[in-house]
Amino acid sequence: MSSSGSRSDSWRGDAALALRRQEAADPSRPTLTTSAMIASLAAEGQATRPAPFGHALAEIAATRPEIIGMTADLSKYTDLHVFAAAHPDRFYQMGMAEQLLMLAAAGMAHEGFVPFVTTYAVFASRRTYDFVSQAIVEEGLNVKICCALPGLTTGYGPSHQATDDLAIFRAMPDLTVVDPCDALDTEQATRAIAAHDGPVYMRLLRGNVPLVLDAYDYSFELGRAKLLRGGGDVLIIASGFMTMRALEAAEALAADGVDVAVLHSPTIKPLDAETILREAGRGGRLVVVAENHSVIGGLGEAVAALLMSSGVHPTFRQIALPDAFLDAGALPTLHDRYGISAKAVAARIRAWLG
Amino acid sequence: MQDGRPAPPTTAGHNVSLPERAFRIRRNALRMAEVQGQGYIAQALGVADVLAVSYFHALRYRPGEPRWEGRDRFLLSIGHYAIALYAALIEAGIVPEQELETYGSDNSRLPMSGMASYTPGMEMSGGSLGLGLGIAVGMGLALKRKGSDARVYNLMSDGELNEGPTWEAAMSAGHWKLDNITCLVDVNRMQADGVSTGVLNFEPLEDKWRAFGWHVQRVDGNSIATLVEAFDAARAFAEPKPRVIICDTKMARGVPFLETREKSHFLRVEPHEWAEAIAALEAGRMA
Repeated sequence: MSSSGSRSDSWRGDAALALRRQEAADPSRPTLTTSAMIASLAAEGQATRPAPFGHALAEIAATRPEIIGMTADLSKYTDLHVFAAAHPDRFYQMGMAEQLLMLAAAGMAHEGFVPFVTTYAVFASRRTYDFVSQAIVEEGLNVKICCALPGLTTGYGPSHQATDDLAIFRAMPDLTVVDPCDALDTEQATRAIAAHDGPVYMRLLRGNVPLVLDAYDYSFELGRAKLLRGGGDVLIIASGFMTMRALEAAEALAADGVDVAVLHSPTIKPLDAETILREAGRGGRLVVVAENHSVIGGLGEAVAALLMSSGVHPTFRQIALPDAFLDAGALPTLHDRYGISAKAVAARIRAWLG
Repeated sequence: MQDGRPAPPTTAGHNVSLPERAFRIRRNALRMAEVQGQGYIAQALGVADVLAVSYFHALRYRPGEPRWEGRDRFLLSIGHYAIALYAALIEAGIVPEQELETYGSDNSRLPMSGMASYTPGMEMSGGSLGLGLGIAVGMGLALKRKGSDARVYNLMSDGELNEGPTWEAAMSAGHWKLDNITCLVDVNRMQADGVSTGVLNFEPLEDKWRAFGWHVQRVDGNSIATLVEAFDAARAFAEPKPRVIICDTKMARGVPFLETREKSHFLRVEPHEWAEAIAALEAGRMA
């Protein structure tokens, strides 16, 4: 028996190299280097705000002494270092021990504190599921789990790409799940979950986070989806940074005379069934759900199940990451490759409209 | 009390001896198991002395006020030992004795596996093993934040020494110098698949805890006098370290014909044997 077991004698990198040679022949396709661990999602020249979660939490905590911050060796990579600098006596460095992190947060919450716990989304969802489920959520404890690198926001490959976190956490009873879009949404969602009594999982955009929603008549409300723009041809229901992509795609499609509405649904659970059914039920529009997550178990399937079980049957399409372990590489390359760049979103909608 | 804390309250007066408490805890457990026809009775009989010393010598609590802020927290990490803790909570007056007959039945506050949401005095839901010590770390840190002198006791099994998070928590408690935590390890040497050290060897156990920064004692967990000394020594120890009391116990202790049954993780007891078991226990009490 060979040392490689049942695997064939080849590597995933071989296919990558073949693609590299093919693309080298096309000067319009520059080969990019892998972005930093946490690449900024901001386009060149786009307005951003630094560390919206960290600054919001530090400010909220100024009048809420029961709020504490806990991390598993990732404060700088989750913007919790801003809170730590403002409230050093309320910051707990728990070491690179995510299971302990969740258990200790449970212990703190048993005693009346409100822990904001940070790590990467892959570790919270995959490594600590049992700990979150049994020590925190089953007991109804007031812990906020705020995690960086949601979906495809790093080029480091499947070890860091949380393409399944929403599916994993949506399956947990009594857990509120939030996926904000930009800096404004992240700030306001941080305030909202701090005011909410109960366990929450929030996807975190960190670093210099794009600012987009200030241009709209919008404010974050836990459990509510908000219509950002109207349009008679297509309705995109989106969460997270895919709302940003949807808005860009809508602009591009408007230039072609295609009228696209965008409904932002940052609370994945509980879903705002009322608003989604009302908008999706307005006949004649193609309904597209766009999310930074696998096609399995995220917003797309949640909306599909809601529509089906409510007797609302529009033409339905899903823009999401494939059911696969994704490639490593530069984020712009990967967003194009997997169809979640603004350009790819617009192209797919054009194709669906025929 | 050495540290000036008030004596732990008891419901049935202070004149009841600790061996008598342990006897009553064992009898409560046997009566519950008889109702259900099954249960982790060998563990309950084995750990009864540790629970008697915990609830009637060491812990500070108010029976009628299970969420009293000043109480010592007692975490049952091993959810399937719930029958043992219920037996102690009944003896302590935290759970009414008449609920004993509801154990493990539909619509009971005493489910087979311990859950905080069901039972007064149950501080955590512990069916998934290896959770207790990490929760104790969070509670220990929280109590220090509050300036509380309450203590956290975590009762775990030797099987839980297999679980990674136990050692994450052990390292953390040492790191934070959580001298308000006392971990009680029930070493009964039996896990679901067989003898503990054969399933996954955890010895040398004292060295491991010591290396993680703990004050370590290893005692006969079925000797009440020894346990009292160990709890007192753990409390009196002056250095800022978490404390562990490793308690070597005997499965099914107190009922000789059950003690000798080999496969005792989930003890099979025939319907007619419950009365015999209680009789054997009574005989030991007289002796």
